[in-house]
Amino acid sequence: MSEVLLLWFGQKRPAADLLEGVRRSVEREFDRAVRVGLSPERPEDAFDARRGQHSSTRILAWLKDRHEGAHRVLGVTDADLFIPILTFVFGEAQLSGRAAVVSTARLGDTPLIPGEAARIALRLQKEAVHELGHTFGLLHCADARCAMARSPSLRHVDAKSPVLCRACRARTRELSENGDVHEQEEHANPDRR
Amino acid sequence: MSKKNTRILIVDDEEIIRESLSGWLGKDGYTIGTAPDGLTALKLMEEHPWTILLVDLKMPGIDGLEVLKRVKERWSDTAVLIMTAYATVDTAVNAMKAGAFDYVVKPFDPEEVSLVVEKIVAQQALVRENVILRKALKKEYRFHDLVTKSPALLATLELAKTAARSASTVLVLGESGTGKELLARAIHAESPRNGKPFVAMSCAALTETLLESELFGYEKGAFTGANARREGKFEAASGGTLFLDEIGDISPKLQLDLLRVLEERRVTRVGGTESLAVDVRIIAATNRDLRRAVEEGRFRQDLFYRLNVITITLIPLRDRKEDIPLLVDRLLEQLSSELKRPVERVSPEAMAILLAHTWPGNVRELRNVLERAIVVSEGPVLEARHLGLNLQEGSASGATPEHPASLEEIERQYIGSVLRQSGGNVTQAARILDIDRVTLYAKIRKYGLKRAEDGEFEPATPA
Ligand SMILES: [Zn+2]
Ligand SMILES: [Zn+2]
Repeated sequence: MSEVLLLWFGQKRPAADLLEGVRRSVEREFDRAVRVGLSPERPEDAFDARRGQHSSTRILAWLKDRHEGAHRVLGVTDADLFIPILTFVFGEAQLSGRAAVVSTARLGDTPLIPGEAARIALRLQKEAVHELGHTFGLLHCADARCAMARSPSLRHVDAKSPVLCRACRARTRELSENGDVHEQEEHANPDRR
Repeated sequence: MSKKNTRILIVDDEEIIRESLSGWLGKDGYTIGTAPDGLTALKLMEEHPWTILLVDLKMPGIDGLEVLKRVKERWSDTAVLIMTAYATVDTAVNAMKAGAFDYVVKPFDPEEVSLVVEKIVAQQALVRENVILRKALKKEYRFHDLVTKSPALLATLELAKTAARSASTVLVLGESGTGKELLARAIHAESPRNGKPFVAMSCAALTETLLESELFGYEKGAFTGANARREGKFEAASGGTLFLDEIGDISPKLQLDLLRVLEERRVTRVGGTESLAVDVRIIAATNRDLRRAVEEGRFRQDLFYRLNVITITLIPLRDRKEDIPLLVDRLLEQLSSELKRPVERVSPEAMAILLAHTWPGNVRELRNVLERAIVVSEGPVLEARHLGLNLQEGSASGATPEHPASLEEIERQYIGSVLRQSGGNVTQAARILDIDRVTLYAKIRKYGLKRAEDGEFEPATPA
């Protein structure tokens, strides 16, 4: 019921244990069942040719329709993401919404460098927990080691852990008791039920 | 003031920009509102003023500059941050002149947008607490070796104190002699790194290769004369703070090297192969206009953004003349013990000259002038003739009187300069001058100081 769908829609196939690491982190932090899937289709209108990047906002809209019974959809991709005001983002999520997306594009050099694949995988786990945290209503956390700490650069990503701090964990519990998805989201999607 | 109580209004005609910006800042916990055009923004301001306005410069109808002007007229406490997709320097500069807090060029770095908002919030908190004027007027304010009574510098030092607690890179701007290194040392001393080394390094006047080996160190045999391995300043400052002065002077290659170090937090010695992890906080300083250097392509924009996370600008001494008596006291005490000459004070005439001088070399020049005066003086009091300054340099308007000025002339110039500093605010000027407003009005009339169109006070007759 309160399952999280983890959906890969990258250009290349993901490294063998990349999604598995994300799955384990998400399962542990949010105490939900996680199902992993590979999407055969791609978000079509998300690519911005002028910037050579994908609009994360449009990807979120696309992901929202791909929940197949899941309460949260977390897209994972190798596409480079942006929002119009910023040069890039590691990921984006609807605050108290249903969809989140994270990208490996800025998380490290090419996975061919020895040891780099593991580094990228760990960073991806952190960003996945972070963005999903937003869908559960969590805001940025002042604790630099908490997964919900704001991470505008890799330095910040590396400084944190894939784990929620106690305050954020307590807050997640509190928020999920007060109904899962935000009211406004429900109204925004009248055709859902 | 909590983040929730900080109300940010985003004004942009593009929905996607409004959405992405409110999404981004909303996750930081601020209260966010949006307006698709200038008129709506002004209407929302009427209902309940917003603390911060993020305004796009180019909008149909009332453009960003006009919104800024109208908001500044009625709600002077609201900070306005201008966003522009068109990096035209002119309009951005106009916006700054019209009272914008800062401007950002779209698309910005993720690190930039949240930080600039944090900076606004920090400064507004200061203004709100009103610590600035109260502290400055009651007694001097001290931040390690920096002392002041100037509200403007006080705000700067409070910002530095806040910056000290964060781990961010700091860029210190200011003319030479304003105390940039003192400020860097104070930030280090106030930071959690204070038990670790503070290493200062000037980037000017060294060749590229020399500077490179100074900063990054070298391996034995890296070049002729490298007889032994040497560690660089980055390693020497490990765990502590590295102060890079005159950063605006470094070559393009070093700019790139420095950017790499900042991004990767690792250094490689010259001639070395392995890279070493470094944990160093950088404080950079320059007396140049780095933003312009970026616009003219002489300084890397990505490096500028890395360094410019928190900017602290030290105002020149001529803009905080109320500090001169304070600094004179302090410097006399210091110098007379260093030089072993018991000088106690300066005569009123000498003080008048010190107050009227424009101090192009700032506090450093003041120190030098006093040091020279102590050497040539005879008794415990420094007289005007010991200073070696004449009043020609002191003319605030830039005109050069042929004859030494009278005390009245100096008073006239000094009052004019304080009025300019306080932006024409007579109440504030009277407080700085330590006279009541009635007396100040009388003096303004007596000396024919009139308000110029741009809000500055100018002598009605040429000096
Ligand atoms: Zn976030
Ligand atoms: Zn937390």
